[in-house]
Amino acid sequence: MEFNPIQIVPELYQLLLIIALFFQSLGDGSDTPPAERWLPFFAGFGIFVAIVSWGAEGLIFGGAYKLDALSQFMKLAIASGFYVTVLNASRQPSLEERKRPDYFMFLALSAWGLMILSSAVELITIYLALEISSYSLYAVIPLRTTNGVGDKGAAEAGIKYILFGAVATALALYGFSYILASQHTSYISQLALRTWTFDGAPMAVVGLSLFLGGMFYKLALFPFHFWCPDVYQGASNETAGFVATLPKLGAVVVLVRLAVLLKPGLEITTLLAILGACSMTYGNLCALAQKDLKRLLGFSSVAHAGYIMVGLVSGTAMGLSAAVFYALAYLVMNLLCFWVISRVASDGRNLQLDDLNGLYKRAPALAFALGVGAFALVGLPPTIGFMGKFFLITSAWDHGYNWLVITLVLNSAIAIYYYLGLVRHAYTHEAGENVPTPDNSAFSVAGASILAAVVLVLGLVPGHVFDFAIMAGKQLLP
Amino acid sequence: MEFGYPVLTTLIVFPLLAAAGLFFIKSPQVTRAYTMGASILELILAIPLLTFNHSADWQFVERAHWVPQWGLEYHLALDGISYLMVMLTLAILPLCVMCSWTYISKRVKEFHFCLLFMTAACVGVFAALDLVLFYVFWEAMLIPMYLLIAVWGGDQRRYASLKFFLFTLAGSTLLLAAIVAFRITAGTFSIPELMLFPFTFQFQFWAFLAMALAFAIKVPMFPFHTWLPAAHVQAPSAGSVILAAVLLKMGTYGFLRFCLPLTPQASEYFAPMMIAISIASILYGGAIALGQEDIKKLVAYSSVGHMGFVTLGIFLFNLRGVEGALFQMLNHGIITGALFMMIGAVYERSHSRQIKDNLGLGKYLPAFMGFWGLYALASLGFPGTNGFVGEILVFVGAFQKSPYIGACLVPGALLGAAYMFRVSLKMAWGQPSCAKTWPDLNTREWAYLLIPACFVFYIGLAPGLFFKVIDPSVEKLVSDFKQRNTVEQKVVAAAPVPAAVAAVVVPAEPVNN
Repeated sequence: MEFNPIQIVPELYQLLLIIALFFQSLGDGSDTPPAERWLPFFAGFGIFVAIVSWGAEGLIFGGAYKLDALSQFMKLAIASGFYVTVLNASRQPSLEERKRPDYFMFLALSAWGLMILSSAVELITIYLALEISSYSLYAVIPLRTTNGVGDKGAAEAGIKYILFGAVATALALYGFSYILASQHTSYISQLALRTWTFDGAPMAVVGLSLFLGGMFYKLALFPFHFWCPDVYQGASNETAGFVATLPKLGAVVVLVRLAVLLKPGLEITTLLAILGACSMTYGNLCALAQKDLKRLLGFSSVAHAGYIMVGLVSGTAMGLSAAVFYALAYLVMNLLCFWVISRVASDGRNLQLDDLNGLYKRAPALAFALGVGAFALVGLPPTIGFMGKFFLITSAWDHGYNWLVITLVLNSAIAIYYYLGLVRHAYTHEAGENVPTPDNSAFSVAGASILAAVVLVLGLVPGHVFDFAIMAGKQLLP
Repeated sequence: MEFGYPVLTTLIVFPLLAAAGLFFIKSPQVTRAYTMGASILELILAIPLLTFNHSADWQFVERAHWVPQWGLEYHLALDGISYLMVMLTLAILPLCVMCSWTYISKRVKEFHFCLLFMTAACVGVFAALDLVLFYVFWEAMLIPMYLLIAVWGGDQRRYASLKFFLFTLAGSTLLLAAIVAFRITAGTFSIPELMLFPFTFQFQFWAFLAMALAFAIKVPMFPFHTWLPAAHVQAPSAGSVILAAVLLKMGTYGFLRFCLPLTPQASEYFAPMMIAISIASILYGGAIALGQEDIKKLVAYSSVGHMGFVTLGIFLFNLRGVEGALFQMLNHGIITGALFMMIGAVYERSHSRQIKDNLGLGKYLPAFMGFWGLYALASLGFPGTNGFVGEILVFVGAFQKSPYIGACLVPGALLGAAYMFRVSLKMAWGQPSCAKTWPDLNTREWAYLLIPACFVFYIGLAPGLFFKVIDPSVEKLVSDFKQRNTVEQKVVAAAPVPAAVAAVVVPAEPVNN
């Protein structure tokens, strides 16, 4: 197919932002407007760019790069998520002024990698895109200062992330070599035609399992989750807000593309289902004991990674649509929670549960938004979390993994305890000594209310957005 | 019928709008008056419901697509069973506002927000005819109730509210799985359509268990009742009133609306167990109530007993039993609601819920004690009050079914008299009196106690109108139930699964396949 640059305009636009930030980071920043001042406008414009290229279709770059409903849907979601995280990070208290252009450049670079990832349909491309998005995060995570010096916890988190990332990458590459050796192709569309039973192609199945490990690392699925709570805790609130949301979206899109290989009943599908069940149970049980808010959300994202597996293993278009929709729901809910956390911890500290005490009095709007976010993460109606979960279990019922569905619903009951803890501290405890002063500016309240409104509105009328998810799902599994 | 506006939707949306309006009000006094006005306006908006015609049809139907991709519909309607529950919900709201007028003094705005939100969700639960819509309202209602207990409750409010939330949510998660299983098996979420679908026994078995767990926790039936005393004792009186009058009814409503029509064979199969648990609830609740020193806890345990009568009536599967269950639901809402309001009123005077701190009120608070006596008598089923009507119907139904079941109820009724007299006697004539300086009921308290009293006598003396409302629906429910069970048993006897059915019905798998 003829290559037309207009098809990949969101990626090009993002690249432009990266280059601009790069040049800014070369100077000392005295003669240019600060990055956090101009970038939000341009990142916001990125959403429109993504909308403009909405209808793009085609298979370019030698069949390695596919533009379809799924990729464009994801690019829009990534552009929107990038916009929110940039806004969120623009008032970051724990980031030195002179490092800001670099910081935002790496964020943009990571988002760019994820955009490429959402279009990649060839294993090497997927691998490269994954690395682009990961490498930039390796650099971003240690960028945190407390009282003017670099934060030791953040450095530790950065190293953990790199080490785990390196191991996961090595595993993925190793698995990839097996796939290539036994199936002789790296194109997903070709791979879908091959056999994936363990008896038929043992080497390929082992290889794919290892390759998926790379995705699971991004998604923080059990047993690849160990970095997740530590990194969330170590990184600054705003950075954690990025790490917790967008990379998950990228991992989901790749898994959705690979899901065409995963027919229900195959050994590897069952393996995924088991990992999903372990992930949600383990994540929820660990989260019960957490006192640090970001750590709690870290384990909660381990659990959510497990929920997404429910849609992936069903092997139907509806299941994939449900997984995509849930990933979107996860993105919005976590953006909301991290927005509130970053605004409440206006001095950049790590929030403990007790720091939320009496939030209803100190910042009523933020407390309400946090409540909405927490109830959405549990999956209570009328929020997007409920609809997402409901779609997941409806699509997965009667496809051979009913036990997984039952595990999911039982997990909601476990999860309620710690999410309710957020609401409990915010609404029923009175503030103690030394609580942070929340940011009650119009900027903070408006952001929180818009995100909360999205969570509620998409929970009440998910139909229209879901149509797009279905379009994406139907394309992959007609 | 046309009224110019969709009645049920309005009844759900109006409280939400009114709740949003609260954010623009500053003064607590205005907030109270505003919510009072809104609750009365809500009642006025409900006037078209009075045109309910006495048949078993779905009425005030509203149906629209909601999420067509998954077959979700926005489907509301009422029949005789849900009609009274909706009316009860609407009537309770102004009483709740009145009884918290002085009781609630902190965070008044949020409190009334929760009350209004609660009302909207409760009306939704009773009116929804789409399983998922029902579930949405069912869960949404947990949030304001949690806050009512957790923020405005007593000393142990955090413990009680958490327990309430965990119990109810844990129960209803499996309900969600059952709902999805219904949809996958029968292809629809619409309750009226599901009522016509022949499910296999194995499917019904699991679906019944999943639903019954959710409903039994909500009712609550022994041994899932432990959240109730904690929640009741800690909740503010308006919270207790809603909890007793409306929330508990959702459990029994669920049995009537889902278990009996959707899983008739499994209901029949599990009936002995359910009856046994109901009797256990009645006896256990009564016996524990007898030993309580805390008035509110006593009434809470008496609720366990009374709701046992309701579940018992439902699982007798005869006309009298189900009628009795519905009456008992309504009556328990009125009587226990009123009792909790009275406890709130006396708490404002004594600042204690202990019986020993509320002795000898008879001489100093004659009006209060008069009302208390009335509701206590109604609660134990004294003839001439509404409690009697419900209990006698369940008794008749039970004896029709089997004299042994009936015999088991007699000690339950006796226990009811015993614990109610015990607390009432102490409160009226106990020595030394604590009430020498307390004022008797004021106008506001008179108002909110007089309204339930009217219903106590009206239903007690002339229940004819209520029979007319519920009878067609109950008759339909019972006859459908019997007919489906006999037909299906014949079908099962003739051939295990007819080919036509087998093509549609995917055999329900046990959960651990």
